[in-house]
Amino acid sequence: MKVLYFAWIRERIGKPEEDIELPVSVATVGDLMNWLKKRGEEYAYAFDNPKVVRAAIDKVHVEPAAKIASAREIAFFPPMTGG
Amino acid sequence: MSVRITEAPIDAAAETAELSRGRSDVGALVTFAGICRGEEEGAPIAALVLEHYPGMAEEEIGRHVEEAKKRWPLLGVRIAHRVGRVTPGETIVLVAATSMHRQAAFAAAEFLMDYLKTRAPFWKKVERAGGTHWIAAHDKDDAAAGRWKKSSREAAE
Repeated sequence: MKVLYFAWIRERIGKPEEDIELPVSVATVGDLMNWLKKRGEEYAYAFDNPKVVRAAIDKVHVEPAAKIASAREIAFFPPMTGG
Repeated sequence: MSVRITEAPIDAAAETAELSRGRSDVGALVTFAGICRGEEEGAPIAALVLEHYPGMAEEEIGRHVEEAKKRWPLLGVRIAHRVGRVTPGETIVLVAATSMHRQAAFAAAEFLMDYLKTRAPFWKKVERAGGTHWIAAHDKDDAAAGRWKKSSREAAE
């Protein structure tokens, strides 16, 4: 699965994207955040406050409870500040 | 309907001229331009650096343009958004809407701008002489986008 990071989440993790093999136990976007947090200090730092992390599956906004089974790409980013 | 993300400066006059060129049914054109200020939180800045999620930014704005077309009788919509380094005085975003009458054009431009601020995947970083930092999202922007939910039924009527 392709996982993308933007803005300060990208900076904290230190890469814009990666391909990750997910265990079957990771069923939702929230599960994925918790699983990523355990991958290392940089991930723990990036997902330190999950409330300020937004997510998208295949370029559509989703809530943490969203299932990731059929996703091609999942993105994590802070609240948006464009415009 | 056009949604464009660009690293080049936005020419508001050229963008809006496209909306009425060669047609006589346009009675109202409303444009909003968001300009890069020379200060943030009371301190001068050198520039804003804008990052976006390529693909999703265009798609997300496109979804809101479709929603705006359902709510109001629009003749055209044009949105341009800068990414990369933007210096004070330059246009960050341009939203233009045309209709036969002003009410629809005003409302659609405001609706699109409110959603663009809270739902389109762009992030601003402040560049100052002393370093850089990411701009935090404002609750008032969420509130501005939220009010369109309450009025969705009235707008559809």
